[in-house]
Amino acid sequence: MNRNRITLSKAGYLWEPATRREFFRIAGLGGVAVLLPTMFAACDSDGTNNPPPPPPPEGEVTLDLRTDAGVLNFAYALEQLEAAFYTTVVGAFGNSNLSAAEQAVLADIRNHEVIHRDYLAAVLGDARIPDLAVDFSSVNFADRADVLETAIALEDTGVAAYNGAGKLLQDVNNLLVAGKIVSVEARHAAAVRDLFRPGTVDFAGDDVVDPFGLDQAIEPGFVIQGTMEFVDTPIRVII
Amino acid sequence: MESQSPRPDLTEPGPTERAISRREAFRAGGTAVAVAGAGLRLASVPLAFAALARPTRAQVMTDVIAVLNFALTLEYLEDEFYRTGLASDVAAALSPAERIAVGQVSKHETAHVAVLQATITNLKGDFIPKPTFDFTAGGLFGDVFSNRDTFLAVAQTFEDTGVRAYKGQAGNVMANDAVLTAALQIHAVEARHASQIRRLRGQKGWITGDSRGDLPPATQATYEGEGNTTHAGVDAAPFGNGVGGTDAVTEAFDEPLTMEAVLVIVDPFIVG
Repeated sequence: MNRNRITLSKAGYLWEPATRREFFRIAGLGGVAVLLPTMFAACDSDGTNNPPPPPPPEGEVTLDLRTDAGVLNFAYALEQLEAAFYTTVVGAFGNSNLSAAEQAVLADIRNHEVIHRDYLAAVLGDARIPDLAVDFSSVNFADRADVLETAIALEDTGVAAYNGAGKLLQDVNNLLVAGKIVSVEARHAAAVRDLFRPGTVDFAGDDVVDPFGLDQAIEPGFVIQGTMEFVDTPIRVII
Repeated sequence: MESQSPRPDLTEPGPTERAISRREAFRAGGTAVAVAGAGLRLASVPLAFAALARPTRAQVMTDVIAVLNFALTLEYLEDEFYRTGLASDVAAALSPAERIAVGQVSKHETAHVAVLQATITNLKGDFIPKPTFDFTAGGLFGDVFSNRDTFLAVAQTFEDTGVRAYKGQAGNVMANDAVLTAALQIHAVEARHASQIRRLRGQKGWITGDSRGDLPPATQATYEGEGNTTHAGVDAAPFGNGVGGTDAVTEAFDEPLTMEAVLVIVDPFIVG
């Protein structure tokens, strides 16, 4: 079982983080020279120090964030996750204690996420990654609070993921597509937050908007790590 | 809040480390991410300099400052609008939930003004002074500061326009990663605002087709083109089959506006 496995690679060199702390340091520095002791050792000028990369785990999916296709696949992975989640949510309406108004909002969001997923698959064409194996068994779909809290986490993460990945895109047309999608994710985030805590500032709460009025932006490596609770497919992120 | 440490402008790294604390809601790895934050805080410092130090042609920087001043114009508009509203008769006409939401939105717009001014200054540019506004738009919204419906209607058009305005400029600040990221971060906050104001008004949080809903015809320019279904040359319309049809497809994508189109929209509110 490869559950919760994620591997980060620097270009041309597979780097298996020895500790979580190392993982996060490299994940947060995507695209920038990483000066860690392990990397110094790996980059000796005579080039003899590079250990052979371990074989990739079965079914591993690669997100090469050095290319626009890789970044769009990163978005596609998130949309797969969201679409699968909301499809299950809508399928469980008959057993849930969500109000009719709440169900209407969640059904709309299901529609949007399925459309995002299928649209990105079409844009990527042959370059798209396979379907991820998702696992929402940790969510009680009959429970309103569990569904809404998971929805909030997914939407906030989606917003932060697009915000963090925008700078990696090289083609302005791809950046525009990401921009068209991310604001809808932010609209979703505000809506599901307001369903959960109506009449509060939570739609754009201080936990997601900083004192400078900025929403979150999270590097892709962190985003993938954070979503791995729901993903069985091993993912290799090249930064 | 803990993150009041000086981050004077948009060219500094974003709130990545603080933001991640929200991942505790993701029942995986909250603790690990907090550890990561500690590492990042040190590690990300050079990123700001990298963003600033990259070779940038003078023309590109001029364009970035022009875009930031354009954004600042919109933030001046929104900031003064909400602050005036909260200090006027309309505040008492709002429900408690509406007042709470408007207060939060107002706080963010004030922050956006400050951070944009600081960023322009940091980039050796001059930020424009605040224009003089007429939020009645020459009488079109005459009771904007006494009538709840009018106030929230104008708020909705400002927020939906703001989302489109930032989106339209993303490509123009691509040369500066830090500014691009921060612009995206503001863009998302405007979208959260838009969703909430719309829902307070009994609308969906998202825009269906190019519909202005129950807003007056004078606001249609804010929604023109929102019904587009083709993005990066791929028509998304077929993907609505079985999941809400074309309406859902148009809801799933927000559309940009050019700087010129936005300035036409806000022009009636600017008197000098």
